[in-house]
Amino acid sequence: MTHIQHPTWLTEWLELAGHQGVSLNAQSIRGLAPAWVFRLDAVHWGRIAEISAAQGLRWMGVWVDEAADYYRSHALRGNAALDALRPVMPLAQSQDIVSPADATQSVAGYVPTQNRREAEQPRLLENVGTMDGYSISACLEQQGDTVLLRCVVPAAQPLLPSQALAYPGADRLERHAQDLWGVRFQGHPTPQRWTRHQAWSGQQFPLHDGFPTAGTPQPVTPPDNGYPFLAAQGAGVYEIPVGPVHAGIIEPGHFRFQAVGETVLNLEERLGYVHKGIEKIAVGRDAFGLARLAGRVSGDSTVAHAWAACMAMEQAAGLSVPPRALLLRAILAERERIANHLGDIGAMCNDVAFAFANYQFSRLRELWQRDNAAWFGHRLLMDCIVPGGVAADLTEQAAAAMQAALAPLKRELEELRPILAANSILQNRLQTAGELHAEIAAQYGCLGYVGRASSGDFDRRRDHPYAPYDHIHVTGVCYHTGDVAARLDVRYDEIGVALDLLEQFLARLQPGLVCADWPQSIPAAEGLGLVEGWRGETLAYVRFDAKGRIARYFPRDPSAFNWYALEKLIHDNIVPDFPLCNKSVNGSYSGQDL
Amino acid sequence: MSSLLSKIARIGIITEPVKTPDDAELQQLGITLKNRIDRRFNGSLAIRQVDAGSCNGCELEIHALNNAFYDIERYGIHFVASPRHADILLVTGPVSRHMQAALLATYEATPDPKWVIAFGGCAADGGEFGESYASCGAVSNVIPVDAVIGGCPPRPVDVVKGLLAFIDR
Ligand code: SF4
Repeated sequence: MTHIQHPTWLTEWLELAGHQGVSLNAQSIRGLAPAWVFRLDAVHWGRIAEISAAQGLRWMGVWVDEAADYYRSHALRGNAALDALRPVMPLAQSQDIVSPADATQSVAGYVPTQNRREAEQPRLLENVGTMDGYSISACLEQQGDTVLLRCVVPAAQPLLPSQALAYPGADRLERHAQDLWGVRFQGHPTPQRWTRHQAWSGQQFPLHDGFPTAGTPQPVTPPDNGYPFLAAQGAGVYEIPVGPVHAGIIEPGHFRFQAVGETVLNLEERLGYVHKGIEKIAVGRDAFGLARLAGRVSGDSTVAHAWAACMAMEQAAGLSVPPRALLLRAILAERERIANHLGDIGAMCNDVAFAFANYQFSRLRELWQRDNAAWFGHRLLMDCIVPGGVAADLTEQAAAAMQAALAPLKRELEELRPILAANSILQNRLQTAGELHAEIAAQYGCLGYVGRASSGDFDRRRDHPYAPYDHIHVTGVCYHTGDVAARLDVRYDEIGVALDLLEQFLARLQPGLVCADWPQSIPAAEGLGLVEGWRGETLAYVRFDAKGRIARYFPRDPSAFNWYALEKLIHDNIVPDFPLCNKSVNGSYSGQDL
Repeated sequence: MSSLLSKIARIGIITEPVKTPDDAELQQLGITLKNRIDRRFNGSLAIRQVDAGSCNGCELEIHALNNAFYDIERYGIHFVASPRHADILLVTGPVSRHMQAALLATYEATPDPKWVIAFGGCAADGGEFGESYASCGAVSNVIPVDAVIGGCPPRPVDVVKGLLAFIDR
C-alpha cells in the first residue's frame, strides 16, 4: 500500500506521532485494505490514542488475537537474528517484529520496570507454547479513511495501556477483551468485568486456545449479583432496577436507574446476558458456516453482519465478487434498512400511544417482509449473502415487481409524514426528549442514525464507498437537535434515500454470475470487512488458519457505541420516557453481547 | 385530522383470515384456534415472551403477530408483561448461561397450570449456537418444554399452526 499517497491528515498524524516519540511502522497486509496498517510498541498504545483523539480521529473498535500464527505466517519465519534473541530474552517472541533492531527496541520499551525481573525468569520459557503472544488491533477513522493499529503483548504478561481514557467508547470493548482473553488495559477507568457474568471465572479466558468450547459450566449458572453498580446517594434519590427480563417483547439486559421523583439522574446499563460465545464457536468453521453465524450476530442486521463477514473473508482470500452479486447485496442491505426503519418508526409512535402510526408502519413493514419472502426466500433475508456472492439470483419478474413497488411505498410515506408532523401531541412527546449532544455523540463514536441525529455526519456508503456504492451518489442525512424527533427524522429520510438507491441498483442489474466459486484452499490470511448497516457502520475481522478454517472472527456491531448514547441521553428525562428513548436508539443486545 | 381519518378509511380492515392461497388447511386454522382457546382457556390465553439468548430475529416475528394482518389478539391470545399473568411462556433463543437463572426464576414465577413453548430453531435444539461455555442450548435443557415451534425464525403462520397443534394435544 506504500505506493498509494497518504491523505493529508494521515501525514500530519504520522508527523505528530513521530514528534511525540511514537514510532509507527507501516505494514502492508492485503486483506486489511483499505485500512492503513501501522505496527507500534505496546507501550505507546495509550499515547497514540491521545494523539489521535486530539486530531479528531474516530475510534472504531479493538480486538485481540493470538500472535503465534501471525508470526509463523509473517515476520518470524526463518528470522535467524530473532531466533538468536530467544534464549536470552523470551519476551522477544511475543513482540510483533519485522527487524531485529526493532525487536531490541520494542522489548526494552515495553517491559515495565517492576515486571522486568520476573519477565526475564527462565520459567517464562515454559509459557511460550503455540500462543506466545496476543496481538491487539484497534481501528480509527478520519474522513472515511481507516487506520488499523496493531501491537503485540506477551502471553505471560498481557498488559498494555488503555485507550479508554482518550476514547470513552473504548471502555466496554476493552473490558470484553479483558474478560475473554485476559489482556489487561492499564489505567482503564472502570476495569470491572463486562461480558463475563458467572458462566466462567475471572481466571479463565474463553478465547484462549486451551479453553474448551464446552467450558466447565456449573449445572446452574448463578445470577451475577455482585456486580459493582454505581450506588445512589442523597436525600430523595431512589433506585429502580429493571431486567434482565423486561415487560415487553424485547431482548434481555439490566438497567439501573437512579431517580429523584420522576427525573432520571443516572442510568447504568449492565449487558452481556445474551452472550452466546459467538467468537469461540466461529473458530474452526468453514467460510459458509461463518457466514451463517454472522447472519445471527444480530437477527435484525443479518444482512449487514453477513456482508461484513463475507467481505472480510473475500478480502482474505483475494476473491472478487461478481458485479451482479454486489448489486444484489446492496439491494438486500437497503431492504433491511427500510424494514427496520419502518418497524421502529411505528414502534416509537406506539411508545407514546399513537396507535395509528404503529398500525400503518407495521402494515408497511409486513408487506415489505412478504416481498422479501417472495423474492429472496426469507422474510428477514437470512442466509441470502454467502461467501463469494449471494445464495440465489433475483428473477427478472421479481426485479420488475420490486421496481414497481417502490413508488407506492414512497407515496404512502409522503402521505403519512404530514400526519405525523401535524400531530401536536406526538411531536410534543418526541421533540426535546432524550437529547444527545453532538459532543457526546462524537466522543463515544455513536454510529448510524444515532450519530447522524446529533451532527455526526458519517456514512460509510458515502464517505468511503465500497462496491457497489462507489459508483452511485448516496445522499447524506444529518440532523442536529439530537432528540428522539431527530432520530425519527433521520430514519424517515433514510428510507427515502434507500428507495432511491434501490431504484438505481435495480436499473443497473446486468445478467451475470451471482456467486464466485469459493477457493478450494486459501492460505492463512486475514481480512477486514466494513459496511454501513441500517444501524450504522458494521465491522468484521476474520483470520483463516493454514487449512482455510476460521481461526478468528470478531464482529463489531454499531450498538457497541450506541448503547452508551442511551445512558447519556436519558439524563434529566422522566422515567416514563425511557421506553421511547430506548426505542429511538434501538441498540442490539445480541450484537453487543456476542 | 381529516387526512388521518381518510387514511384509516382508505386502508380499511386488512386483517386476513389465516390462510395462504396454496394452503387450504390453513384456512380453517384461525377459526379452530379461536374455538379451542374459547373452550380450553375460557377465551383468553396469556403469553409471556422470554428472550433467553436469541439473536433477536425471533422477536421480530413475534412482534409481527401483533400487526394488523395477523392480529393474534383476535383469537384471545395476548402478550402479557409479567410471568405472573401468564399461561404460557414463549421462550426464544438458545438459553445463554447468563440467562439461565433468570429463565428459571421466570418459570418459577409463572403460576400453575403453565406451559412452555420453545420458539425457533435455537430454542428447539440450540440452533446455530448449540451448547457451549456460554450457551445451555435447547430450552428443554433448562426447563420442561411442552411444545416446539421450529423455524429460523418461525414465520407468523407457523406460530398460528404451532399454537393450534399445542392446544389440540
Ligand atoms: S431461531 Fe434463528 S432467528 Fe431465532 S434466535 Fe435462533 S438464530 Fe435467531
